[in-house]
Amino acid sequence: MTAMVPLIVCLPLLGAAAALMLGRRRRLQVLVSVLSLAAATVMSAVLLVLVDRTGPAVVQVGGWEAPWGIVLVVDRLSAIMLLISALMLLGVLLFAVGQGVVDGDTETPVSIFHPTYLVLAAGLFNAFVAGDLFSMYVGFEMLLSASYVLLTLGGTGARIRVGITYIVVSLVSSLLFLSAIALIYGATGTVTLALIAERMPDLPADIQLILGLLLLIAFGVKAAVFPMSFWLPDSYPTAPAPVTAVFAGLLTKVGIYAILRTQTLFFPDNQFSMPLMIVAGLTLLVGILGALAQADIKRLLSFTLVSHIGYMLFGIAIGTPLAIAATIFYVVHHIVVQTTLFLAAGLIDRVGGTTSLSRLGGLLGSSPLVAILFFLGALNLGGIPPFSGFLGKIALFQAGTIVGDPIIYVLIGVGALTSLLTLYALARAWNMAFWRPKQQIKDYTASMSASLVEDPQDEGIVLKKTISPLMIGATTSMLVLALGLTVFAGPIFELTTRAAGNISSPSTYIDAVFPSGTGAIENSNVGTNFEGGAK
Amino acid sequence: MSASLTLVIVMAVMYAAGVYVMLERSLTRVLIGFLLVGNATNLLIFIMSGRPGSSPIVTGTSVEDMVDPIPQVLMLTAIVINFGITALLLALIYRSWWLAQLGDEGDTLTDEHATESADEADTTFLSSSDDDDAIAESLDEFERGDGATSDEDTVSNKKDAASRAAASASDRGDAR
Repeated sequence: MTAMVPLIVCLPLLGAAAALMLGRRRRLQVLVSVLSLAAATVMSAVLLVLVDRTGPAVVQVGGWEAPWGIVLVVDRLSAIMLLISALMLLGVLLFAVGQGVVDGDTETPVSIFHPTYLVLAAGLFNAFVAGDLFSMYVGFEMLLSASYVLLTLGGTGARIRVGITYIVVSLVSSLLFLSAIALIYGATGTVTLALIAERMPDLPADIQLILGLLLLIAFGVKAAVFPMSFWLPDSYPTAPAPVTAVFAGLLTKVGIYAILRTQTLFFPDNQFSMPLMIVAGLTLLVGILGALAQADIKRLLSFTLVSHIGYMLFGIAIGTPLAIAATIFYVVHHIVVQTTLFLAAGLIDRVGGTTSLSRLGGLLGSSPLVAILFFLGALNLGGIPPFSGFLGKIALFQAGTIVGDPIIYVLIGVGALTSLLTLYALARAWNMAFWRPKQQIKDYTASMSASLVEDPQDEGIVLKKTISPLMIGATTSMLVLALGLTVFAGPIFELTTRAAGNISSPSTYIDAVFPSGTGAIENSNVGTNFEGGAK
Repeated sequence: MSASLTLVIVMAVMYAAGVYVMLERSLTRVLIGFLLVGNATNLLIFIMSGRPGSSPIVTGTSVEDMVDPIPQVLMLTAIVINFGITALLLALIYRSWWLAQLGDEGDTLTDEHATESADEADTTFLSSSDDDDAIAESLDEFERGDGATSDEDTVSNKKDAASRAAASASDRGDAR
């Protein structure tokens, strides 16, 4: 079982190397990437089942025991994240293959796309299985460098312009993360998560505060938390549709995963509850108000993406096991639904020639299937019963009312309002793009429709070639997965509850990495610098 | 914990200078700022290894004399990552310069040496001082073209000059 943990990272990397060499043979290249991601999906599913039954899988890479070597840990949370991201990566890859087949591979250098995409997958998996802060950083860097290339694919003016903003912002957050690692090493003498978790509570409160805030800011930029979210709605919509879908679904959630992991492990007393609550509320509100003003569907979805990060932060801020379970459930739901919606937006771009609401109309008649896909996704994201979006939010609110602070009630109110506004924004988008007849586009009036902000890179209507069955198939299977989350919400929520039980007490994690205890390490560690400071 | 004060001061200055330069509009300066801050962070990791000591691999060194090797490993990895990202950023900055000068049409410019035979190409590629002159000349044309002439002239001037500059740049690359 343990062999699968490093393999799940290595396999996409090997696939990337093979795909790079097969650059001229498109079909083989596609086959290699689909196969390696399919294998990763199967492995993560097996891992999830095994980990759920027998407890965390721990691998000491190269036989070097933690904390000296690199340690990989897969507990339930990691396994859930692995499985859901592998599924998303596979689905979006199929969509991209379908799109590439239709376009005849002329618009973007697809020979670069496949290897880069696989490196992105490997980086994601690496970040999820990392058992120490530094390999988490390496995983982040892998997926970010791949994302730089994917975002600037083709090197057109618009993509380069937003790409550079995105890269510089990501670089700053990476450097903050690295500084945080350096300071944590200085304070605790280790980068292994389990050992930091053991030593962190002994540090003086002010040092804990500095380290915690540094980590929060570094991950907050990646997760697009409110004051650090400005870069996201500008950069994501410019990329090709499949790339945007995978970025929206997964990249911000890696930041959330990192916040969840470090907060629960290092700060089990939940010291950062109050600041997290405040930024969660602001993220919810500012994000959704931005979404209301957008005329472009992709930009609208990007703003709802920022907004809904607030729900996950809210769950982390409450910090009880039930809240953590609800957060994990919400993360899974949001990954699936947001990816589906972005893929549906890609399909709208195909059938309507634009994603601007001021030009779209009458698509219900011409492409009813796309209309259904977008409609169900929108209802799900907006939190209409009985979809998983509703269940996730209800679980969060319920966890909040059990704790029952005044600020939590304020946040529940903000959350409910955001949910309504999301529904409003998406329903208006659906009405304008699908429901209204094409003849009415000129003199159509809806609330606020006159003051909608166009995408600055709007190119007018560019009719692309038709959509391939593979694109529809990939989007539909995503939607089926999202509906599956609703139907099987009971067992899945039980699973996330078990996962939350794992991580809400750090001792489970520490015992898994150090079965014989951490006492012996304390004495022989040469590098502990702040030993004096800890007393 | 003991650390060299010099290192701490150097790190602080690099952080300050790096952040300051990063706030400039020019992309090259942003890159320089990133390099400075990145290396300052590497120094920070190094400082965190505590007191200096002898190398940990050599046999016969007692544990008390060894320096902590882990920060050095972390630094090495961070340096490699920074190097890769810098290369990518340089490529993007060059591409953004190219687009700013020529727009998307720049991609369709023809190579003015495409029709030359192998012998002719050899003689062209030999001299490098001529290339420098050509670049200097084209840069002059930029400045003159920007100020005095009408829009259309400027665009065509820019195209000529930039294609010449690009061609001579590629000549120099091939000559080596």
